[in-house]
Amino acid sequence: MTKTWNNRAWFLVLPVLLLVAFNAIIPLMTVVNYSVQETFGNNLFFLEGTKWYQDVLTSSRFHASLLRQFTFTFIILAIEIPLGVAIALTMPRSGPWVSVCLVLMALPLLIPWNVVGAMWNIMALPDIGLLGYGLNKLGIPYNFTRQPFAAWFTVVLMDVWHWTSLVVLLAYAGLRSIPEAYYQAAKIDGASRWSVFRYIQLPKMNRVLTIAVLLRFMDSFMIYTEPFVLTGGGPGNATTFLSIDLVKAALGEFNLGIAAAMSIIYFLITLLVSWIFYTLMMRGDEQ
Amino acid sequence: MLELRDVSKVVSGEAHISHVSLTFAPGTLNVLLGPTLAGKTSLMRLMAGLDRPTDGSVWMEGQDVTGVPVQKRSVAMVYQQFINYPAMTVYENIASPLRVAGVDRATIDRKVQHAAELLHLTPHLRRTPLELSGGQQQRTALARAMVKEARLVLLDEPLANLDYKLREELRAELPKIFAASGAIFVYATTEPSEALLLGGHTAALSEGRVTQFGPTIELFREPADLITAQTFADPPLNTVAVEKKGAAFALDGGLVLQVPARLSGMADDAYTLGFQPHHLSFQPRTADAVSVEARVSVTEITGSESFVHLDFAGRRWVMLEEGIHRLEAGETVRVFLDTRHMLVFDSGGRRISANGALAA
Amino acid sequence: MARINLDDIRHAYMASPRGDGDFALKRVHHTFDDGGAYALLGPSGCGKTTLLNIMSGLLKPTEGKILFDGRDVTGLSTEERNIAQVFQFPVVYDTMSVRDNLAFPLRNRGVAPDEIERRVAEILEMIGLADRAGQKARGLTADDKQKIALGRGLVRSDVSAILFDEPLTVIDPHMKWVLRSQLKELHRRFAFTMVYVTHDQTEALTFADQVVVMNDGEIVQIGTPEELFERPNHTFVGYFIGSPGMNVIPVDVEGTTARIGAHRVALPGGAAIDAGARTELGVRPEHVRIGNQGIPVQIDRVEDTGRRKIVHALLDGRQIAAIVPEDAGVPAEPRVTFDAAGINLYANSWRVALGPAEEGARP
Repeated sequence: MTKTWNNRAWFLVLPVLLLVAFNAIIPLMTVVNYSVQETFGNNLFFLEGTKWYQDVLTSSRFHASLLRQFTFTFIILAIEIPLGVAIALTMPRSGPWVSVCLVLMALPLLIPWNVVGAMWNIMALPDIGLLGYGLNKLGIPYNFTRQPFAAWFTVVLMDVWHWTSLVVLLAYAGLRSIPEAYYQAAKIDGASRWSVFRYIQLPKMNRVLTIAVLLRFMDSFMIYTEPFVLTGGGPGNATTFLSIDLVKAALGEFNLGIAAAMSIIYFLITLLVSWIFYTLMMRGDEQ
Repeated sequence: MLELRDVSKVVSGEAHISHVSLTFAPGTLNVLLGPTLAGKTSLMRLMAGLDRPTDGSVWMEGQDVTGVPVQKRSVAMVYQQFINYPAMTVYENIASPLRVAGVDRATIDRKVQHAAELLHLTPHLRRTPLELSGGQQQRTALARAMVKEARLVLLDEPLANLDYKLREELRAELPKIFAASGAIFVYATTEPSEALLLGGHTAALSEGRVTQFGPTIELFREPADLITAQTFADPPLNTVAVEKKGAAFALDGGLVLQVPARLSGMADDAYTLGFQPHHLSFQPRTADAVSVEARVSVTEITGSESFVHLDFAGRRWVMLEEGIHRLEAGETVRVFLDTRHMLVFDSGGRRISANGALAA
Repeated sequence: MARINLDDIRHAYMASPRGDGDFALKRVHHTFDDGGAYALLGPSGCGKTTLLNIMSGLLKPTEGKILFDGRDVTGLSTEERNIAQVFQFPVVYDTMSVRDNLAFPLRNRGVAPDEIERRVAEILEMIGLADRAGQKARGLTADDKQKIALGRGLVRSDVSAILFDEPLTVIDPHMKWVLRSQLKELHRRFAFTMVYVTHDQTEALTFADQVVVMNDGEIVQIGTPEELFERPNHTFVGYFIGSPGMNVIPVDVEGTTARIGAHRVALPGGAAIDAGARTELGVRPEHVRIGNQGIPVQIDRVEDTGRRKIVHALLDGRQIAAIVPEDAGVPAEPRVTFDAAGINLYANSWRVALGPAEEGARP
């Protein structure tokens, strides 16, 4: 529907366009530029065509970190979305506790990412950290700098701690928008707790959950700071996710072409998966 | 003067408004009457300048304002929902359009006080809208529309969310409040009784088209076509399909009605007869009243009148009769039809006024 | 089906109510007979929805008991009371089909599948949605959604009562007539106990056998539509029922005569009235006759509402309304008389019985 046809509106959009151009399009183009050229310093570039892309796509190292990345994202989505919804469902719908709960939920979201990494690093230290010391005391051998499983466990736990609140807040907002009459009608129809969730709460949360899944997918797929601070990608390459691998290639090994090609592929994967998610969920919404 | 010239609005291939031409004079009250989704709100948005018509033009005081956005037009709007600024007092709410216009303090105070007086809001000026009852909230919105002194005032079902009795009060006050302003009033409603109580002119809407425009009471008594008559009947219009053969209307099932003298010139053809519920009665009102037999399905009693739902010739009819009539469902009753007020429509749905002539 | 007893019900929304003013519902004591059709009528905030929610079990009353067929259900949940309720705004399960929406209350109660199918088919036919039974509920109009909500209320054959909370608010006028007469027919066929909350007098009067008029948390009068119309117990009932409401004119009563300024009106009987009481005459516009006899009035304005005209006139400087038929005219020097049968007398807003002349004639 055309609500307005004032041409001046375009001028108002201009600053946004400029901003997007500066912080997205131009850097992206620079990366594209790198990804098709070879350089040996001195600002000398040679066109390489698709060589870097072929190298990246056939490299087992890339496959391994991509697999790790997908595994990680899958695990945290599988934990955070149901957990977030579950917590939102148990939060009070009204009363003085609402604001208390909301503030508590928002806290982890306000902590800078590198601080989160550092905090969990200390927490997980096997000799003095609350988590590490506690687990060892309980007879569970735990050392996240040595055992790959322990490292994964810690990274996942950290992400769940950090980000489940976001899902909770979104789900809670969705729940709050359901009129009281729906719950009353369900009671009268003799609906079970599960039916209320399945036929009233879930459909009404559909939209916000789509957004939650998308946000958590994109964020977790690009995760860098926290695992970098916590494990540095180790032990070995156990927690070397795509972004960490990318930084290693670019800054550690100075393979700018490889890193640029990886970036582009990475970017396209994120875009593609997000788009698939979005269309699937929106289609479900329209039916 | 507000003029819509052959205005259409198409949204993603769907015609919301098709070929509407209307002229509203200053100082008049104009009702847009039609069921939900008939296009009342769409039409109002076009009048206000919130939407641009796909086709046709909108003229205000002889000027083409089709492309002019709402901010630059002199328009006030009141909605079904009570829309006020929740954080402002009633006083500030009413004053807000004047503040935007940069009116001086003394004038604002005078106008706000005057509007509050008219709408019985004076004792509540220092309170915020949410502390008020629904009726008072809507009065605040109306006062705000009033102080704006716009040339066009659009009221989109403003009383729909109010209690029946509050509606009655505000409905009586509304025309008085705005009468002095000389503005063009447009009032959308789904209820025929509301249109009749407001009076003025009415445009009957159906599926995005204006089926008839004229003085409200005229539309009710002399609708141009079947759709207008049905839009304007509450309870619904009683209709029956007939075949005219000479001096008689033949109904299904062998029933025969005498064609009244005033309609004797009509050609033999298929017609639809329409009777308003209050033109059905148990006693003949005139010597030549025709009677039919119908079966009672439900009786509703309002205390002074009875609505008798009847099954007649496969149709559901409603009769509105004075007094209390307790009838058993399934009972067969003789019903007299007041042919003086009978509406006759040809197969195209147009009303035949007299001696076979089509209504204007 | 059940008989519903309300035993000295009081309800306050605040935790520790003190004065009478803290109660949204002030002592309601009433019986709804098995199979009756009742309406709770009153302005918003009068407590009618509170009373309905107490019956359905969505609210627990602060004081008093509710009995269904003599069984105390005050502490029971909505589900245990086995009632059905239809809300003001359509509540449907968006992701379910129309058919599944209707089947939902039955499935939850473990009704046999073939029984469910039979009941649902019957209701689908009744609400006229049989052709769209397989469609998802979310795409339907408000009208159709409300029909589904009504249908879900009616689908259970064993409910104690069906409660309606202003169910026709979102329905177009024409559809209201259809749905209302269908409800009436259903009531006649199945004799459900039905309680219908509304602020719309037409809906209340046409739906119910007994109308409970409420104001400010109290029941003002319970009666048939006819009683409420002809003999309003309180001037509020006179005002609230009827459109326009009853004319209420301050008068001085002397024996069987009421005095309005310099004019006199003969009362159909005398009445015992406490000294110093505020006395008013109540006459419905339907009982005001305009002609060449009686008390002179000045015409203020005439509203032509199509099937009848509402004449607003000034009698002794006071607004009164009269209703005249479609084809009637108004004389040039109009005077009014009141139908004797339509005259009611009020002392301090409550109606006093007009007995034989001698009885009321006090020195």
